[in-house]
Amino acid sequence: MLNTLIQAFNLITTWEVIIAMLAASVYGLVIGSLPGLSATMATALLVPVTFYLSPIAAIATIVAASSMAIFSGDIPGALLRIPGTPASAAYADEAYAMTRKGEAELALGAGVWFSAVGGIAGTLSLMILAPPLAEIALSFSTFEYFWLALLGLMCATLVARSSPVKAIAGMFLGLLVSCIGIENPGGVPRFTFGVTDLLGGIEPIPALVGVFAVAQVMRAMLTPEPPPIPRRKFGSILAGQWTLTKKYQWQMTRGNIIGIIIGVLPGAGADMAAWVSYAMSKRFSKEPEKFGTGHVEGLVEAGASNNASVASGWVPSLLFGIPGDTIAAIAIGVLYMKGLNPGPTLFTEKASSMYAIYLLFIIANIMMIPLGIVMIRLASYVLRAPRSTVMPVIMLCCAVGSFAIGNNLFGVVTVAAFGVIGYVMEANGYPVAAMVLGIVMGTMVEQAFVTSLIKSDGSILPFFDRPISAILASMAIGAFIWPVAVWLWRRLKPRTAAAATTPR
Amino acid sequence: MPNITRRAFAASTAAAAAVAGLGLKPASAQAYPARPVTVIVPWGAGGGTDATARIVAALLEKDLGQPFNVVNRTGGSGVVGHSAIATAAPDGYTIGMLTVEISMMHWQGLTELGPKSYTPLALMNEDPPGIQVSSTSPYKTVKELADAIKAAPAGKFKASGTGQGGIWHLALVGWLQAMGLAANHVAWVPSNGAAPAMQDLAAGGLDLTTCSVPEARAIIEAGKARSLAIMAPARNPVFPDVPTLKEAMGIDYSTGAWRGIAGPKGLPADVSTKLTASLKKVFDSKEFKEFMANRGFGTVWGDAAQFAAFMDKGDAAMGVAMKAAGLSKA
Repeated sequence: MLNTLIQAFNLITTWEVIIAMLAASVYGLVIGSLPGLSATMATALLVPVTFYLSPIAAIATIVAASSMAIFSGDIPGALLRIPGTPASAAYADEAYAMTRKGEAELALGAGVWFSAVGGIAGTLSLMILAPPLAEIALSFSTFEYFWLALLGLMCATLVARSSPVKAIAGMFLGLLVSCIGIENPGGVPRFTFGVTDLLGGIEPIPALVGVFAVAQVMRAMLTPEPPPIPRRKFGSILAGQWTLTKKYQWQMTRGNIIGIIIGVLPGAGADMAAWVSYAMSKRFSKEPEKFGTGHVEGLVEAGASNNASVASGWVPSLLFGIPGDTIAAIAIGVLYMKGLNPGPTLFTEKASSMYAIYLLFIIANIMMIPLGIVMIRLASYVLRAPRSTVMPVIMLCCAVGSFAIGNNLFGVVTVAAFGVIGYVMEANGYPVAAMVLGIVMGTMVEQAFVTSLIKSDGSILPFFDRPISAILASMAIGAFIWPVAVWLWRRLKPRTAAAATTPR
Repeated sequence: MPNITRRAFAASTAAAAAVAGLGLKPASAQAYPARPVTVIVPWGAGGGTDATARIVAALLEKDLGQPFNVVNRTGGSGVVGHSAIATAAPDGYTIGMLTVEISMMHWQGLTELGPKSYTPLALMNEDPPGIQVSSTSPYKTVKELADAIKAAPAGKFKASGTGQGGIWHLALVGWLQAMGLAANHVAWVPSNGAAPAMQDLAAGGLDLTTCSVPEARAIIEAGKARSLAIMAPARNPVFPDVPTLKEAMGIDYSTGAWRGIAGPKGLPADVSTKLTASLKKVFDSKEFKEFMANRGFGTVWGDAAQFAAFMDKGDAAMGVAMKAAGLSKA
């Protein structure tokens, strides 16, 4: 055990690994902070580079770049209300509200601090619990995934600040968008109007960039410049984080646990972890009315959650070669290429390499704190720059980023179209975040539902009689009935009271 | 209609780019390749096709002395990238990687492109499907499984491996037909690729999967699934204990997902000869062999003529299977 640890340590303390890791960290921070360039893309673009690296250095670049990118997606979310990655979309509004209150450093500090904590918690789960966690993940069939996806969708109404009805409407629009294309269980083209590009459907990333970034630029063009945030020195970023850690330790722990569980499940990644944790935080908070007005509590929980899921997403990848999310899917390819074939033998025959991967995760998350602080300091200049210079640069980033996803002009058109949709929706009080959630989860809900019914020959019983399925079903149905019951109760009580006092 | 204008537009932009790139010196005055070559991949970065294309491009670059830049043109379930290869200027400066979908999409009416829309250069890889069951399954041999399938009512057995009408679905259809059964005798459960299907097999949601052996490998090595047979002419060296269908059942049926390099139709003969010769060197190189072995990908060589014949044969077989499965619109 100790021997393998020392061997692992020797494996990672070479110049090649250290330089590769530093370079990949900076790269991940930059890519993640640009709207439209996601953590997945940052990882995918690294693959050709890994051809020329030793196995451990290759893994180091992937680990460092993906962890950094997930955190730095918070930066434009907080400063400009434009989430850099879908994983930051859940709480971008909240973080931006904090910036408007003059608490940008607290919001971003919470981002970097709790991301690092979450990342380390996720790594510990990977080290200690990998085999049992993987067993749980393997027992999930499509019946369980259906309920899970449905629970994810319900978060749309929980996180929205507007009326639940408008949030549900936004979510349904998202579900409709997710119907486009041929990637559905029937393999039949839907809503494609004979356009080849629509066959692949609408990807969540261009839609997200459109509704958040482009719509934001459009609003900026039409509204007068907001009163400038008073010029002052950007305060200490880490000050106050320890107080927050103590005050919200339960929320942080819950975020870590939720992140770890969601990360382990194949197909549900950091995006879903952030949404579910943010919704949980609001639902169980002592002061839910503060959510949406610049309250740090949800940031703590969701920030810890999405980074925890990045590390635990590697559990099914390493044990079974089943990717926990898209980043892990790319990582599996690199593992195979470097002769570190996923499987249980990796844990026995190549134990030192495995420990080296664990150590890489921990180092990456520790490095995130100083590098993240530098990045936040640099990015804070955006707040001082006049809006007329920032907005065109954002537009350019959106166009370049969306083109780069598929080297295809269609991505740019999608971004523009969703910019208009997002602008119209926001102007009428419909939350765009709910629509993005619908697009992200729609395919999963449909796929899980239809394939489950095919497997059960049309019977809905297996949705309830499998043990894990039954638990998830009661949670989902409970979450649906609870607000309706509360609403009915509130509605009926004053009416009966009124009926009693006012004789007719 | 939009397809035609789009294609014409793509062709004219490609031509314009080619003219701009040529400058004053016509390419014919110099030996090919005189400037960087673009290699189009119809699938996303990070996947198996992308990785294969990148190693081939890196080795071509080493052999021919000009950069070979891999560009991922994704979208439209592969249609966009395949169109981009077919509509590029046939000057040898844009080539691409074709995948098995090119012999399937036109039967579904998704595109008019088919194997005939290209100048084939070389076949580099083919992965046959295996027949996998969960390790808790009572069937120890493919014969037992086949007998149980034949005895069961239609739709009782559930299989997966990819989406509806995908290559592994058609592999199942082909196998069922070879046994004299209807195409839907085993119900197909569509999935987003082989990995979720293998996971569902281990979770007990499915009876069998028909995805490729490299895709199933990690779960098999984890002891969660067994491979009973492969639909190939010969055994896989990574799994020497898994028999072929012919050995186990006497059924001579084989298919597979393949990847090859091609250019737009009408590539000049000197360019295509040179590229095929260089691709042969790439195929024989130690780097390529090692890379493919590490990923568990099968290597199959076919020169331009063999690749063309291979695609024609596969295309016809796909047509038969897709008509049987009710997926063909042609």
